[in-house]
Amino acid sequence: MTDTQSTYELIIKPKYGFFNINWQELKEYKELLYFLALREIKIRYKQTVMGAGWAVLQPFFTMIVFTLIFGGLAQMPSDGIPYPIFSYSGLLLWIYFSNALTQSSNSLVNNAPLLSKVYLPRLFIPTAPCIAGIVDYMIAISILVLMMIYYVFIPNIAILLLPAVVFLTFLLACGLGYWLSSICVKYRDVKFVMPFFIQLLMFVSPVIYPADIVGGNLRWLLDLNPMTGFINAHRACLLGHMPIDWYGLGISTIITFVLFITGVLYLKNTEKYFADLV
Amino acid sequence: MTAGDSNKEPIIQVKNISKQYNIGMDRTYKTFAESFTNLLKSPIKSLKSIGYQHDTFWALKDINFNVNRGEVVGIIGRNGAGKSTLLKILSRITSPTEGEIHLKGRVGSLLEVGTGFHPELTGRENIYFNGAILGMKKKEIDNKFDEIVKFSGVEKFLDTPVKRYSSGMQVRLAFSVAANLDPEILIVDEVLAVGDAAFQKKCLGKMGEVAESGRTVLFVSHNMGAIRKLCSRTILLKDGNVIKNSETDETINYYLKSSEEVTDSIIKLPRENSNPLGSGLYLKILNSCQEPQTIFKIGENWYIDFSFRIFKEISHVIAGVGIITIDSIPIASYHSKPQDLSPGIYHVKFHFNIPLTANALQFVVGLTTYEKNFYYHQNIGFIEISDISINEQPFRTRGTGLLLTEQIATIEKLSECNNFF
Repeated sequence: MTDTQSTYELIIKPKYGFFNINWQELKEYKELLYFLALREIKIRYKQTVMGAGWAVLQPFFTMIVFTLIFGGLAQMPSDGIPYPIFSYSGLLLWIYFSNALTQSSNSLVNNAPLLSKVYLPRLFIPTAPCIAGIVDYMIAISILVLMMIYYVFIPNIAILLLPAVVFLTFLLACGLGYWLSSICVKYRDVKFVMPFFIQLLMFVSPVIYPADIVGGNLRWLLDLNPMTGFINAHRACLLGHMPIDWYGLGISTIITFVLFITGVLYLKNTEKYFADLV
Repeated sequence: MTAGDSNKEPIIQVKNISKQYNIGMDRTYKTFAESFTNLLKSPIKSLKSIGYQHDTFWALKDINFNVNRGEVVGIIGRNGAGKSTLLKILSRITSPTEGEIHLKGRVGSLLEVGTGFHPELTGRENIYFNGAILGMKKKEIDNKFDEIVKFSGVEKFLDTPVKRYSSGMQVRLAFSVAANLDPEILIVDEVLAVGDAAFQKKCLGKMGEVAESGRTVLFVSHNMGAIRKLCSRTILLKDGNVIKNSETDETINYYLKSSEEVTDSIIKLPRENSNPLGSGLYLKILNSCQEPQTIFKIGENWYIDFSFRIFKEISHVIAGVGIITIDSIPIASYHSKPQDLSPGIYHVKFHFNIPLTANALQFVVGLTTYEKNFYYHQNIGFIEISDISINEQPFRTRGTGLLLTEQIATIEKLSECNNFF
């Protein structure tokens, strides 16, 4: 018998306690997270004619519709920049967030066989779609680059912050995804709530309109939405048309961390009954 | 324990493991509305009941056993005895309600082959993904890739999406990935029920190889032949308790003899309500007076009544019942005439008149059309043939079959001479 065989020991017992996250195990399985994300990416556009083109077409056509309706008909202000680039720079991050969150919250139920037939850190299942969405985001950003060339936008130093903003959005999608996917295992209502929750959330995010035009009594609603700070910062980083709103970004970051940490804990504490319920 | 036994330290120690499940259809998942109305109706009671249910049953109750390094242990028991629950706890899919398990090695489980197979991905992609799910590192999969592909026999279709594979090919590929896992403890549940006979043989061979290589295997099966071939020790579970834990032959004999296990002559078949075409209902074993019976004499005529339900209009339905020995060796099979059936409940009766001397029989039931086998279950029921023939003559023969002749041969005297040679 070699030593490696006898050093390994695992104890299976009922799970009690609140902070029972096994970091060692997450590290051991990290390759699986990569494979889960890779699978999401590979299957997303299988058997479609447009393939990964959909990653571009979805925000692009939404931008055109928004430009016609809100920019043209409603004469929506847009921070003094052309409406198409204003809405596209917001949509880019919004579509990443909404797709990642939708897929993440359905992920545990959709992967029921993974829950009931094999063991793997369940935390990875709702995380994978949030990682996979980044690829779509990167494809879609190419259109923004073309638009920036067309409208002559030269980004300033703030663009270095872009990865951080995208990462914070990723954490937010994960955090909410952990909450909603765990709840969805027990209460399938989540599936029906999600589409309109996300639609409503978009109207309290500065995607269509600049945050500044909302004042007075309703402003708190916008500030409470963590996507507000990220979309504003995302736009400011890319286009450099206005300074970054650190206060708004700070509030969003705090809310994100709270949601992420509580989300991880909630999932870890409910996962023991996933296999029995799903 | 002597010094030489130090290698024999238990690799799996199961201590007082119990698992409680909540039962009741509406408990499988809840809606907000239900919880909310409960909360309004009786606020204190429902707050108390959060995380605590009243309709419960124990799938496992106080299970204790050890498995030594390198042992191959079988687990048998009727459906619902708790075998699958035990394996699920061992592979960490669900956690126990009480008790502890100490594992001194990496566990790989083959609870259901092909978990995580995605129909849109190619064979190659699925090998990697499935391997990762089963706990393999990418490097390990790289090393084993050729072996996996060779074992599965799907070389030509590696870059085809698995949804274009036949179901047999999918199973073969999935099993190959799992079989090439290298865990110290391998947990196997009924994988041998899949695939054709040749592949089953290959799988059994692979399992034997794994067992011989000194790895620890826990093997759950209804196939007593496979259990006998592979396992040195077998544990019998019943109603969530360990009934017997001893050498395989002893446990199997105990299982077969324990009268309660075998006297069912009306066997409820596994219902497949999700099956779109049809499902078996009952298999009744009847004597020549059409009364249920489970122990027959050699040469006695009996009947197998197979009832089933058809869910939608199908043409050319053939109902079949096969008779196998307890070691899954096929003896005979009966088939109905192909018929066009409309939805409804049907039955077909087969007349059994082969004088068998095998002392234990089981059945295989199936429903099929020309194209497709849509219902199939093996190792159903249990029939005993006593060692007394219908002529009340005891037989002292070996083998599974004996043709009855009208007369029992008598010994004739050839000559009076006592110095014949």
